[in-house]
Amino acid sequence: MILKYLFAKNEAIPVGSAAVFFGFSAIVWFMIGTGLGSFNAAKLAFPDFVTGTEMFAFGHMRQVHVLAVIFGWISMAFAMAMMYITPILGNTRLWSEKLGLWNCMMWNISLLMGLSLMWMGVTSGREYSDFPWPLDLAVAAFISIPLAVNVWMTIIKRRTQGIYTTNWFFAASTFMLIIVFLVGNLPEYFHLTGLTEAYMTWWFAHNVLGLWITPVAAAIAYYVIPKVTGNPLYSHRIGHLHFWSIVVFYSTPAAHHLMSAPLPEWLKSFASVEGVLILVPAIAFVSNILLTMQGKWNMFVENLEVRFTVVGVLLAIPLNMQGGFQQTRSINWYIHGTGWMVAHAHLALLGFSTFLEAAAVYLGLQTLMKRKLYSLTLGNLHFWLLLIGFSTYWISMTIAGLIQGAGKIYEVPYIDVVIAEHPYMIARWLGGTMVFSSTILWLYNMWMTAREGTVIPAGRMPHELAYER
Amino acid sequence: MNFREYKIGSRMFGAAFALSMSITLLFPSYDLAASVVSEVGLDKQLTSGWDSGWQIKDPWLDGLNKPLKVLVRKDPKTGEPMEPVYAYVYTAGTSLPNGVKHHHNLGLGVEELSLNQGRIKEAKIEDGAVFLIKASDKLLDFEDKPLHYIENATATKGWAPDAVLKQAADSDILHAGAGKTMFVREGCWWCHTLLPEQTQDWQVFGAPPMLGDFNGESPTAFGSDRKGPDLLHVGSRNASREWMMLHFFNPRLVQPHSIMPRFDYLWGEVDADGKKIDFKKWRSEYDEYREGKITTPPDVPMYAKDSEIRNLIDFVVNLK
Repeated sequence: MILKYLFAKNEAIPVGSAAVFFGFSAIVWFMIGTGLGSFNAAKLAFPDFVTGTEMFAFGHMRQVHVLAVIFGWISMAFAMAMMYITPILGNTRLWSEKLGLWNCMMWNISLLMGLSLMWMGVTSGREYSDFPWPLDLAVAAFISIPLAVNVWMTIIKRRTQGIYTTNWFFAASTFMLIIVFLVGNLPEYFHLTGLTEAYMTWWFAHNVLGLWITPVAAAIAYYVIPKVTGNPLYSHRIGHLHFWSIVVFYSTPAAHHLMSAPLPEWLKSFASVEGVLILVPAIAFVSNILLTMQGKWNMFVENLEVRFTVVGVLLAIPLNMQGGFQQTRSINWYIHGTGWMVAHAHLALLGFSTFLEAAAVYLGLQTLMKRKLYSLTLGNLHFWLLLIGFSTYWISMTIAGLIQGAGKIYEVPYIDVVIAEHPYMIARWLGGTMVFSSTILWLYNMWMTAREGTVIPAGRMPHELAYER
Repeated sequence: MNFREYKIGSRMFGAAFALSMSITLLFPSYDLAASVVSEVGLDKQLTSGWDSGWQIKDPWLDGLNKPLKVLVRKDPKTGEPMEPVYAYVYTAGTSLPNGVKHHHNLGLGVEELSLNQGRIKEAKIEDGAVFLIKASDKLLDFEDKPLHYIENATATKGWAPDAVLKQAADSDILHAGAGKTMFVREGCWWCHTLLPEQTQDWQVFGAPPMLGDFNGESPTAFGSDRKGPDLLHVGSRNASREWMMLHFFNPRLVQPHSIMPRFDYLWGEVDADGKKIDFKKWRSEYDEYREGKITTPPDVPMYAKDSEIRNLIDFVVNLK
């Protein structure tokens, strides 16, 4: 096991150990997170399914699902991508493989502890920043700061002259995550209350998506597509536009999450306009990646990593069209607080970002373990179960949200909305369960890759070898 | 890092990020800090006390460190009958509410009144305190409503916390503060918002909250993703404790299409008479009722006075 290297000399630890440890941890958390999601969805469709205990009450499990997926699956897949991609782009080794391993172990332990406490009901009562402040500080100390130090030091000690796009995003996002995490939880350290607290809650929720998940996922695509297709990035300058517009535009519209709360009107108007400007980085990113694919579209069909990445990039189109416009006053009044938003959040995290991270984990684990993927069939099955399961979820929740919106503006008795939504709740549960089952196949496939995948000869990339099963 | 471009880039990044942070954090903070607390806001913060999420004095969210909202019918000092009034009783050792500790949060006008006429500075955690909400003769600048402020009745009237609790019947004591903790811990706010929207919702869910209605409340538990009705004014629509009791024990008893979970586990081990509650038997009888084998559902046990569900029902009924 990888744990035996925790006390070894840094030089004695094989290259990529931390990334492999992170990769498998991420898949396991993905399984836990989606399993909880599927269980919760079952309870919304069939309220008497597992009932009468505090432990399996919906209100105790909902936030565990959300945080397991964000800080377990997505963020650990990011850490995996950073520990694998950052050194390669700097033509060097990871600054400290040992710090990476400790980071991963402490990350797993603190997340497990935090989520168990949260499951028992120990919460700050603030969505997305649900951890009480001592746990917030543990997250900063054991999760985000060691990761950032490792990434920055690897970039500083690089052996190339320039810094590639992916690494700008990695360096900036790890920095912004620390700031967002420490500032977003200020209400807990200093007991800020009332609207300030509510606003800060959504400031955190907005920025953890905008300055951490979205840019890092995009950075992965900036690496995977040129690397696997062999095409150079279409435009470095569009990459610049993407980077700077993320920093300037995506960091400002936090108040659009509270459009119907009594926040200052200037703040809501400002946030709404800035929210539309999210389309600038979005269009820059999508066009840049799709144009990089020129002449290599056959790989969209033939290569698993490219297929995952391009699907993620294509899902960024509806994601940002929704994201840009649904927060304007003219649309927000209809869909705010409905299932539409739940569908949108899953489009961002399970659609757009999960597909990009899955590509990074597939590519990274194969490259670092020097093993070709065990089974293409299982890989395809994973892809299609994930895509169909996600689409079922997204479409059914979008419809449910529109029904709920109509019910809201015509002020029909709420129970009629619940009755009308019932079939879509069942569809959502089926979709979520498909996603959950796909992760089991994936974990098995990656485990077998480690054990029985064909050895990749030195100097070769995984996609240069044929699939065998 | 010897590329000139990266030095420029890092500085540009710092400037852009700092600008964005000041617009989204600094300016709104000044604006929100200037809000003046309303009567509703005072009632909320005095009812729910210091915090309803995780706090050092209540690490497992059991509803500890919370005040009681008491309907006072007799003057606790003289025993004379008086016009009934709600008092917020902080027994010795209970953390004082946010507005008393951080009184600048009360806003212009209310802070001075609470300090000078309300004498809130004299409240001590060690001795406990009783607070009242008082209307002043000052008017709010932009509305034709009087400013309300906090009065420390322990200082102004000599009402000791124990004396207030002694004169009150159990049905006049609301455990709404501890109930807010239950509301947060049980995740009620994952499905029920406490925020009727400004653009609609007026007819069914009531008026949306105003600017000063939140000062001192933590967490606000607005909720984001509505899967059940808004609850901000639910106590005005339905104040029946019997209905609430049936509905919490098993929502399908009163609303067959409800998807709300059962909260029967908040009853604890025993009912109001101290008898052990047989949940297993209740559930099997309920299943028979659901399958049509018996015509009436089993009776819901009356909750004990100190059960968690009592706190939660007090909180919900108090949401006026």
